[in-house]
Amino acid sequence: MNETTKKNTMDIVKAKLAKRYAREQRFRAYGIVAISLGMLFLVMLFVSIISQGYGAFFQTYVKLDVEFSAEKIDPQGKRDPEALSSGDYGNLVKESVRQAFPEVTGRTEKIQLYKLVSSGATYELRNRVMANPELIGTTQSVWVPADDDVDMLVKGHIDRNLPESERRMNNQQIGWVEKLENAGRIEKRFNLVFFTGGDSREPELAGIWGAAVGSFYTLLVTLALSFPIGVATAVYLEEFAPRNKWTDIIEVNINNLAAVPSIVFGLLGLAVFINLFGLPRSAPLVGGLVLTLMTLPTIIIAGRAALKSVPPSIREAALGVGASKMQTITHHVLPLAMPGMLTGTIIGMAQALGETAPLLMIGMVAFIVDIPGSAFDPATVLPVQIYLWADSPERAFVEKTSAAIMVLLGFLIAMNAIAVILRKRFERRW
Amino acid sequence: MQATPLLIVLLALSAVAYYLGRQRSLVVAGGRIRNLHSLPSYYGVYTLFWCGIPALVLFALWMMFQDTIIQGLVISGLPSDIQALPSTELNLFMNNLQNMVSGNIVSGEIDETMKNAAAHYQSLQGYSSLILTVLALVLAVAGILWARQRITPQQRTRNSVEQTVTILLILCSTVAIFTTIGIVMSVLFESIRFFQQVPMTDFVFGLEWSPQTAMRTDQVGSSGAFGAIPLFVGTLLISFIAMLVAVPIGLMSAIYLSEYASSTVRAVAKPLLEILAGIPTVVYGFFAALTVAPFIRDLGTMLGIPVASESALAAGLVMGIMIIPFVSSLSDDVINAVPQSLRDGAYGLGATRSETIRQVIIPAALPGIVGGILLAVSRAIGETMIVVMAAGLSANLTLNPLEMVTTVTVQIVTLLTGDQEFDSAKTLAAFALGLMLFTVTLILNIIALHIVRKYREQYE
Repeated sequence: MNETTKKNTMDIVKAKLAKRYAREQRFRAYGIVAISLGMLFLVMLFVSIISQGYGAFFQTYVKLDVEFSAEKIDPQGKRDPEALSSGDYGNLVKESVRQAFPEVTGRTEKIQLYKLVSSGATYELRNRVMANPELIGTTQSVWVPADDDVDMLVKGHIDRNLPESERRMNNQQIGWVEKLENAGRIEKRFNLVFFTGGDSREPELAGIWGAAVGSFYTLLVTLALSFPIGVATAVYLEEFAPRNKWTDIIEVNINNLAAVPSIVFGLLGLAVFINLFGLPRSAPLVGGLVLTLMTLPTIIIAGRAALKSVPPSIREAALGVGASKMQTITHHVLPLAMPGMLTGTIIGMAQALGETAPLLMIGMVAFIVDIPGSAFDPATVLPVQIYLWADSPERAFVEKTSAAIMVLLGFLIAMNAIAVILRKRFERRW
Repeated sequence: MQATPLLIVLLALSAVAYYLGRQRSLVVAGGRIRNLHSLPSYYGVYTLFWCGIPALVLFALWMMFQDTIIQGLVISGLPSDIQALPSTELNLFMNNLQNMVSGNIVSGEIDETMKNAAAHYQSLQGYSSLILTVLALVLAVAGILWARQRITPQQRTRNSVEQTVTILLILCSTVAIFTTIGIVMSVLFESIRFFQQVPMTDFVFGLEWSPQTAMRTDQVGSSGAFGAIPLFVGTLLISFIAMLVAVPIGLMSAIYLSEYASSTVRAVAKPLLEILAGIPTVVYGFFAALTVAPFIRDLGTMLGIPVASESALAAGLVMGIMIIPFVSSLSDDVINAVPQSLRDGAYGLGATRSETIRQVIIPAALPGIVGGILLAVSRAIGETMIVVMAAGLSANLTLNPLEMVTTVTVQIVTLLTGDQEFDSAKTLAAFALGLMLFTVTLILNIIALHIVRKYREQYE
């Protein structure tokens, strides 16, 4: 009797075994699928952005034979800079385009023709003449930026097989571009303007430098405020604070602030910094203040963890040789905790660099062409620039947006890499 | 003097103060440090504090309040007929005036009053910065002199410096509290003003959202409807889709990484997944709007299902991707905190790994996992850029994920960017939405943090 029951139990177990193993395998497979899905999303994100954006690093240029005629640039012939800068360079560009296509005569056709060259060509010619007035009276071959539609066509983003009415360029314009291509007058060059220019309504003239400088000032303000305040708070809470209600309230507050939606910080910035204190709208100063409040919890939490990891023996030894509490901390504990604190700060700064929503609230979405000169000038930042470009209808801005994202991600990866290296290099196990 | 140079001068003066204080202490000690109560550098810091702190406090307060005070003075100096204007028009006038003073383009024509007011404004600004410069420099120099003549060998400088530093530390630690108070105050006051114009019940239970207030009283259909239910439903719909993506993937990755994966796989896969958390949300928004949404729409067209080009599905899906690492790293921590003895016990009874996980580890870790998921939900509700770029703008009360919905955060952004007058119900509505958002996420966070903390204590 006893024996049969035992056998039965074993049979039951064995009969179930295959099923249980199968379930085990399935469960394991779910895990692998989940991780692979995560990786797949990551790869898709990067592939889609890089494949859309790498083209923006190159820009189509057109070679024009420009006759720098004296009557149009400087009718008085005085050659003083003021007269030179107000010359009719737009006409020069039009003239040289007409020369390239002498067969075009109709008025509408001419307007179509002028559209092939970017409005930036005018400034290009002016800069050249301003730099070198000798050019006046000569005829030069000049490479000028092509219009964004031409750029898109050359890069293959405009489908030539679509019906004419659905294209941004008509058959005639495409014909002209092909003619230019065959004559070797169209070339793709490294797009320096993208890295040195401010924002522009014309995609071919738009650059990220203005936004990058804005980001720099904003982060400078953020760093200058959040690092000292964050470190001080971490030191106080970890080393000095008595265990009481007050300390509890501060701790709960910090933990909650870390999880408050970023847009709420934007509302705070709008109501307090702009409406109450009257600080300038759109200024990196206000952006920096808002981002300081946002990154403080990150820095404080990382700072406390770093202070906690310094063993008590260090403190005891310092106190034992007669250091005061403050000396113990500033001379011994803080230097040992500094790598951890810096790591936390860099990660906080990386978050601040990528933050967009609160900055929309305080007016950093304005269209700003100038490069900001200080933290008080109106400015925008890289992520907001990405948002603005993503909203623009021109096809060429898709490319610019992706390229700007690549630059932003480049900065973020560099910052995080520094944080990782710092951690690896200075981390001490006690 | 401009603000930035003044600040630099003050900092330079502080550095000089440090040097002077240190030298002074050596002089009073007759060049022998052992005669001093504290080390010379403490006397330097002491002088520095006296020089820097009062001047910087004055500087900060001045910067905060100068504009408000100047504006008040300018308004009181205006002719009485302009002062009597309603507040919105007065605001407009002041805005124009500010534009004129800062050399921007002014809307409308410039008349004599305006010119006079602008001159008044400018002269006040000039006086203000002059007075600030003089006062701050006098304070700084006086601080140095005062501290310097107080230095004696017997003075217990170290103690007073350390006390000051402690006070500074305490002040810094209160910034977090002031931030919270600031948030609550700023959204609460504007919300109260909003609820004076629109009854609270209309806002919380209303089914229609079209925040356009009439420009003219005789306009049709633009009385403005501020029923926030469609926004709440839209927010919850998108968050729900996001959680459907993030929770299974995040949880299963965490389980696999902590229970099955070899240490090499873990070392590679974990940081890779965490890259997803470091990508700015504006990038996800772009990805959602330009890649995912058209893909879903085309897929729908292929299958013959109508899909809106800004469907809730696309935004939710991408938001889910963003939250995966959040769920996975929180669950990972929690699962790792489950004591090894529980696993060993289960294996000892003959359970397979998956049985151990499902019947022992997950139940043990459940509170922590739930806490983590709540935190993720609060994150999804407050997420802004993805929905601003990929979800719709117009309110639409539906539960169909293929249609276009809008969310609370999208409305806050649309109401507050672009042209705004600060007193209209439209702008104030954004603050009321902000209050809702803050309250809901705060409650979720408090519950989640409480659960997580309780859970940690259980196994520590």
